[in-house]
Amino acid sequence: MTSATLPSRRDEAWRYSDIDAVAAAWPLPAPESIIVPAGGDFKRAIVQDKGAIRQIELVLGKAAVASLHILNTGGAYGRIELNVILHEGADFHLGAAQIGGGEQNLEIVTTVTHAEPGATSRQVVRSVLGGTATGTYLGKVAVARDAQQTDSEQDVKAMLLDRSATANAKPELEIFADDVKCAHGCAIGELDPMGLYYLQSRGLPPGEAKKLMLQAFVAGVFDGAEDEVQLQELALAKLGELV
Amino acid sequence: MLQIDNLHATVADKPILKGLSLSINAGEIHAIMGPNGAGKSTLSYVLGGRPGYEVTEGSVDFDGQDLLDMEPHERAAAGLFLGFQYPVEIPGVSNVQFLRESLNAQRKARGLEPLSGGDFLKLAREKAGLLKMDMDMLKRPVNVGFSGGEKKRNEMVQMGIIDPKLAILDETDSGLDIDALRTVGDGINAIMRRPDKAVLLITHYQRLLDYVQPDFVHVLAAGRIVKSGGPELARELEAHGYAEIAA
Repeated sequence: MTSATLPSRRDEAWRYSDIDAVAAAWPLPAPESIIVPAGGDFKRAIVQDKGAIRQIELVLGKAAVASLHILNTGGAYGRIELNVILHEGADFHLGAAQIGGGEQNLEIVTTVTHAEPGATSRQVVRSVLGGTATGTYLGKVAVARDAQQTDSEQDVKAMLLDRSATANAKPELEIFADDVKCAHGCAIGELDPMGLYYLQSRGLPPGEAKKLMLQAFVAGVFDGAEDEVQLQELALAKLGELV
Repeated sequence: MLQIDNLHATVADKPILKGLSLSINAGEIHAIMGPNGAGKSTLSYVLGGRPGYEVTEGSVDFDGQDLLDMEPHERAAAGLFLGFQYPVEIPGVSNVQFLRESLNAQRKARGLEPLSGGDFLKLAREKAGLLKMDMDMLKRPVNVGFSGGEKKRNEMVQMGIIDPKLAILDETDSGLDIDALRTVGDGINAIMRRPDKAVLLITHYQRLLDYVQPDFVHVLAAGRIVKSGGPELARELEAHGYAEIAA
């Protein structure tokens, strides 16, 4: 995933990136490598609140379990790239939220490879974008020829607070096995105006009403995370800045 | 308490209310009845400040304040409660959290201290009991998966918790079975029948008025109040229909 030469917007995985910011950080350091041995259990929460390009390679051994939670909120350009390889019966879970306003460009780019049979992966990504911010999720699931009984899911939703904000979402499947389940769903929308009115009619000022609905929108992604409460609080604080 | 004078309003540029006047004093219960399309729901939304409901002429005074100049949440803080005909489902937001934050936002606007979690739950439990609603439902997301009757009951629990001065109840009786109708009627009486409060009931049918006796009944047709009277007017309407009375 680390390219030898500076990527351009012609490269699919960098299509919506802030290339100037990438150039400034080039060459990128080697990706962080995490190997979870067979039967192992791994949990990590990542808060990206300063602007960075972060690349992680995660390999799950046989029947290993990993759960990753990401809150991507900060800096002019924040990119988190995951390259995950699943061996037999491994289980990978990603719960991610990216929340941005102003001119921020936030992206989560994942490649999950089901290299062997019986592995499961589930990715839940929620983006909340205001101003002229851009939020991108590019998620590729690759299923190798022998990786039967693969069970993968991508659940991607974005909420635009202003018509000037942009959400990109692209689930991508590359499947070489014939007995697999690969679900993907994607929705980009705005806050329900009737719901907002209902909340305000009970006394909530508009900003509080929006915050409450957005909090509900992102809440589920941090279920079961290490530091779940802290992640929720950080997300809520950032939502408060946006409304 | 509420003084509506020559109110004209449009929805999507279509005139719906055409010179409606109505005066409601503290301690009174008014019922507005009328055929479909008369403007009953429009009246409730205009009073509640729903976006898209444009007032083109007239005025509404609520306890000395210009109601039409206020945002929806300011109207709530001033003591106005709108019971929705179709309460809105809000996935992921729990009833309890929503109501506590709403009530405390109103208290803050009035310069009062926020209610603690414990005090709020006590209050919520009392009002849920009054409306025979299970406390577990109050912990669920707002109206999600509720039946039509449960949603209406939930509106009344909210009204009990918020304790408004003026309640505008838009077809609160629709979707209720006979037992629920009695419970909701009893709830309205218990919460709102007080000398310092008032109610505007919007309904198609006489049946809710059997439980909540109105002091005044008005017939709304084609955007105006065409007839007003006492409780007997509702029975007359039920017997003869709107066509004859409103003509």
